[in-house]
Amino acid sequence: MTATAAPPVAGTVTEPPVHKASLRKRLVPYWLLLPGILWLLVFFVLPMVYQASTSVQTGSLEEGFKVTWHFQTYWDALTEYYPQFLRSLLYAGTATVLCLLLGYPLAYLIAFKAGRWRNLLLVLVIAPFFTSFLIRTLAWKTILADGGPVVEVLNALHVLDVTSWLGMTEGERVLATPLAVVCGLTYNFLPFMILPLYTSLERIDTRLHEAAGDLYARPSTTFRKVTFPLSMPGVVSGTLLTFIPASGDYVNAELLGSTDTRMIGNVIQSQYLRILDYPTAAALSFILMAIVLIMVTIYIRRAGTEDLV
Amino acid sequence: MTDKTAGGDVRLAGISKHYGSFTAVHPLDLTIPQGSFFALLGASGCGKTTTLRMIAGLEEPSTGTVSLGDSEVTHLPPYKRPVNTVFQSYALFPHLNIYENVAFGLRRRGIKSVKKQVDDMLELVELGQFAQRKPHQLSGGQQQRVAVARALINHPQVLLLDEPLGALDLKLRRQMQLELKRIQTEVGITFVHVTHDQEEAMTMADTVAVMNGGRVEQLGAPAELYENPKTTFVANFLGTSNLIEAEVLEAGGSDVTVSSAGATLRLPAARCSTTPKAGGKLLVGVRPEKMSLVHADEEDTVAAGRNKVRGTIAASSFIGVSTQYVIDSPVCPELEVYVQNIERDARLAPGAEVVLHWNPEHTFGLDAAQDIDAGIETVEEGA
Repeated sequence: MTATAAPPVAGTVTEPPVHKASLRKRLVPYWLLLPGILWLLVFFVLPMVYQASTSVQTGSLEEGFKVTWHFQTYWDALTEYYPQFLRSLLYAGTATVLCLLLGYPLAYLIAFKAGRWRNLLLVLVIAPFFTSFLIRTLAWKTILADGGPVVEVLNALHVLDVTSWLGMTEGERVLATPLAVVCGLTYNFLPFMILPLYTSLERIDTRLHEAAGDLYARPSTTFRKVTFPLSMPGVVSGTLLTFIPASGDYVNAELLGSTDTRMIGNVIQSQYLRILDYPTAAALSFILMAIVLIMVTIYIRRAGTEDLV
Repeated sequence: MTDKTAGGDVRLAGISKHYGSFTAVHPLDLTIPQGSFFALLGASGCGKTTTLRMIAGLEEPSTGTVSLGDSEVTHLPPYKRPVNTVFQSYALFPHLNIYENVAFGLRRRGIKSVKKQVDDMLELVELGQFAQRKPHQLSGGQQQRVAVARALINHPQVLLLDEPLGALDLKLRRQMQLELKRIQTEVGITFVHVTHDQEEAMTMADTVAVMNGGRVEQLGAPAELYENPKTTFVANFLGTSNLIEAEVLEAGGSDVTVSSAGATLRLPAARCSTTPKAGGKLLVGVRPEKMSLVHADEEDTVAAGRNKVRGTIAASSFIGVSTQYVIDSPVCPELEVYVQNIERDARLAPGAEVVLHWNPEHTFGLDAAQDIDAGIETVEEGA
C-alpha cells in the first residue's frame, strides 16, 4: 500500500492511460473525415479515374472500348469543338459579370440597409430553389416567348436594336438567341453570387465605414477603399460559384437557345447520350475541367485574396 | 466658459438626441476650450458617446447646434469636419497595413507625399518598426496607438476619444493614460475623452463633465468635482462618499449646524449645493479618507470643534497603505473610513466601539430630495 503511494510508482501507473487518451484524441479528426472521404472516393475519385481511362480508349459500342492510350482524341475534340468552348466561356463570363452587377447592390442593400427586412429578403433570394432548376428554366421560355410582353417592351424601348447590333439577338426574337441563354444563366446562378457576397459584406464592421468617413473619405471613396476591398473574398467565391457551373451548364442553352448557341455542356451531353462516343465526351470533360482550373488559378492569384481571409 | 476669444473652442448649444420616444441626450450646452483635455464621464447609456458622436458628425442632433471655432458644423457630414475620432474598438482597416492605416486620412485629402509625416507619426507612438504589419498582427496596446496616430496625423481641431482604453488591461491602461496625456501636451490639440472610468477621467482631464441619464450633472476640474460634488450621483460616482441624512438645526451664518441620530454636526454654508433652512433636511457628505478613527475609550483625545459620530466596526480590510473600515453607526449603517497605516491600533477590530471624527471644513451638503444611492451601482459595474 505504501509503495503505490510513492511518487515513482504513481508515475508509472498513470502514464499509459494518458498516452492512450492522447492517441484516441489524435485519431478523432480522421474518424470525422472518414464518411466524407468514403463518399468522395466512391462518387468522385473512382468516376474520375474511370472517365480518364475512357478518354484514352478507342472502339465502338458494338465492338467494345479498349484502353489504347489514344491521346489524339483530346486534340481532335479540341480542334473540332473549340467554338463551343469559347462560347461557353463567353456566355459564362458574361453571365458572371451580370450576376456581379445585379447581385452586389442587392447583397449590399441586404447587409447594410435592409434592417428588419433582412431575413425576408434573404429568403426571397433563396426562394427560387424551392422549385426545380428545370421548371424555372422552362418558365423563362414562356417569359421570353416571341410576341410576349417582355419582348414587346424590349422592342419598344429599342433594347433589341442594341442587342442585335451586339450579335446577341436576331430581329424581334429573344428566345433561341445568345441573349436568352445568358439571361437564363444569369437568373439561375444569381443566388450563388448573392449569398457569398452577402456573407462577406455582412461581416464588415460598420464602424469601419464610420472610421473612413471620419478620416475624410466621402461615401464613394469609403466604398472603393474599404468596403469593396473587404468584400473581395465574397466577390471571388461568388464569381467562382457562378462561373464554374455556368461554363459547364447545358440546360439553359438546350431550353432557351438554338443550335447556334450550343455550349460545351450540350456537346458533351450529346456525345454521351446520342452519338455514344464516350472517349470524345470524356476527353471534352477533361479539357473543360483543365481550362476552368487554369482560369480559376490565375484569377485567384490575381485577386490576391489569400491574405484577406 | 462663455469666453469667446479662443477661436477653436467646441461649442454645443442646446443639442439633444432622441431615438423615437427615448431621449439619449437632453438639451445640452457645453463649451470645450481650445487645447484642453476634456472628459465626458458617466456610466454606460448616460449619453456621453452619443454626445461625442454628434461632435464627430456620426450622429445628427435632434435639436441644437455644434460649432467648431467660428464655423457651425451641425449638418456637415463627418468627412467634411476637421475632427478625428479614436474609436472604442479602434476600427483599424484590416486589409491595410499600419503605414496605410495611418496615411489614410492624408491620402483622402489629396496629399501626395505622406512618407515623412507617417514616419514621424509612427515614431511619436513608437511603432516605427511595425509599419508593414497588418493590424491583427499587433497587440491591443499597439493597435490603440495606431488608432491614435491615424487620427492625430490629420492635425484635427479636436480629437475625440471614445473609451479608447476600455479594451486594455489595467497596467497597460495606466501606461496609455500617461502616454495620451503626454501626446496631448505635445501636440496641443483639444482632446474630448469619453470614459466610464472615473479614475481615468480624473488623472487625464483638465475638465470633467459628469453625465447621467442624458444630462450633465456637474462640470469642473477633477479636484473641484471630487471635493465639492453638487449631486448625490457625482458624490457617489466619483470615489466614495459617506452621505448622512440630517435635520438642519441652524442655518444662515457661515456655518450650518445639523443633527442626525443625536449627533450634532457642522459644515460650511459655502459647501452646500442647496440653501439649507432650519427645520429642513440636508444630506451631509464626507469622503472616507477625511475621517479619523479612535477607540471609544479615547474619545476625550478628540479635539474640540471636530464633527464626531459614534459607531461599531462592522468590517475591516487591510490593503497595505491603508485599512478600510466599515462602521455601523446610528447616523448611517455603513460609513466607510480609510485610515493610513502609520500606527495601527490593535483594538480597532470588528465589534469594537469607536468614535469617528473629522474637520467640519471637509463636510459638504447636498439637497436631501435626491436619491441617496444614485451613482453607486454604476461604480461597481464600471470597476
